[in-house]
Amino acid sequence: MSIHRTRATALRVLRQLRHDPRTIGLLLAVPCVLQVLVRALFADRPSVFKSLGVPLLGLFPFVAMFIVTSITMLRERTSGTLERLMTTPLARGDLLVGYAFAFALVAAAQATLVSALSFGLLGLDAGHRPVSVIALAIANAVLGMALGLFASAFARTEFQAVQFMPAFVLPQILLCGLIVPRDEMAEWLRVISAFMPLTYAYDALARLASPDELTVRFWVDVAIVLGVTIVALALGAVTLRRRTP
Amino acid sequence: MDAAISIRDLRVVRGGREVLHAVDLEIEAGRVTGLLGPSGSGKTTLMRAVVGVQVVAGGSVSVLGLDAGTPSLRERVGYQTQSPSVYADLTVDENLGYFASVLGATRSRVADVVGRVGLDGLEHQLAVSLSGGEHARLSLAAALLSEPEVLVLDEPTVGLDPVLRRDLWAFFHELAVGGTTLLVSSHVMDEADRCDALVLLREGSVLVSGTPEGLKQATGAVDLDAAFLSLIDEADGERP
Repeated sequence: MSIHRTRATALRVLRQLRHDPRTIGLLLAVPCVLQVLVRALFADRPSVFKSLGVPLLGLFPFVAMFIVTSITMLRERTSGTLERLMTTPLARGDLLVGYAFAFALVAAAQATLVSALSFGLLGLDAGHRPVSVIALAIANAVLGMALGLFASAFARTEFQAVQFMPAFVLPQILLCGLIVPRDEMAEWLRVISAFMPLTYAYDALARLASPDELTVRFWVDVAIVLGVTIVALALGAVTLRRRTP
Repeated sequence: MDAAISIRDLRVVRGGREVLHAVDLEIEAGRVTGLLGPSGSGKTTLMRAVVGVQVVAGGSVSVLGLDAGTPSLRERVGYQTQSPSVYADLTVDENLGYFASVLGATRSRVADVVGRVGLDGLEHQLAVSLSGGEHARLSLAAALLSEPEVLVLDEPTVGLDPVLRRDLWAFFHELAVGGTTLLVSSHVMDEADRCDALVLLREGSVLVSGTPEGLKQATGAVDLDAAFLSLIDEADGERP
């Protein structure tokens, strides 16, 4: 791996995004609009807004980066640019880490904007932990990016890649505890959700939203999110083959 | 002459079907070698094996004395895929700048290749807004960035107008005079005459290889089209 090539790849991905201002606009505006809707929905129940708003802040970047990465990587595979890169000295790690940096930066912008809106205008309260919420949102974005990258290897067309969003992401959102607390789920659902990385991402965010002291369980959650990200990146690297059939 | 590319008993299986059958081939250094054959004859697969991105079922491919795909070859071998493999949503300059960083080429080299392929003035155009010919030349420019010793070009002149095709072929010969080895595929037989050496691929086997003059003499044909046809008829006649 080389820092120079990794940096060049991150800059290239960001330049591609820069030429697509509409996507940037959507990435930044959509979570803000959704957060406003959630706020309006629970206008007279601020405690519900609080318990939903903080986790949502951290989950938007996960979903957005999953989609953006799986499509970008699929394009890279189908347009032949990946094949060209595989004939150059670029290491697979350069490509993956370059992607991770670029999308982490976009996620940081997204999370900061939605946080500013939520904690400022919408009156969301995360105690004294807004910076931790943003940091977790970025970690979740990189997790989404890593899973999207891995998923893209199984898509042949952009239609399929888009369908991976409901297939990979929706079950995790349903079961992570956001909609029904995990303690209240049927045993088999709880077992399934224990194998889903978003469960731990949600749990960490929910702990940040609560006024209780952070326990070791919070750090276990964070470690699991980071660990799964690394495993997903490694699996993604396996799907990037220099030689293909 | 030394062989820059040496292929021994190369077999490739794709989708359960053998698409290259025991190919033996020597490509001489500092020459423009044309790889000709109808579409589906295995040209792209052969080229992918040379640049080391093709899974092979058997045999060996050696490029500049090293196994194809060896890491140290990645800066010494340039490859242009059949469809232009550049980023549609980046400008000409951004595309080449990125590939230059990856290949370790300098910024001045970017300006140089832009001039060589005649894309001056289009540096800030998005690749998606280029014409088909410009798009193909951008893809070629990216393959030239590292000043490769071996250049593998998959149908680089498809869809180009005659003037541009002539200019590109002249450019290929200029590179060959400078010592570059070029392997250029085409399914247009009239491009065969522009090559120093020819390889005719048919249904995954090398039907014939040699110089254009040699092939015409061997078959007694007046042009290469007729020479190839007589070779194909001869091959079909030998079939059981």
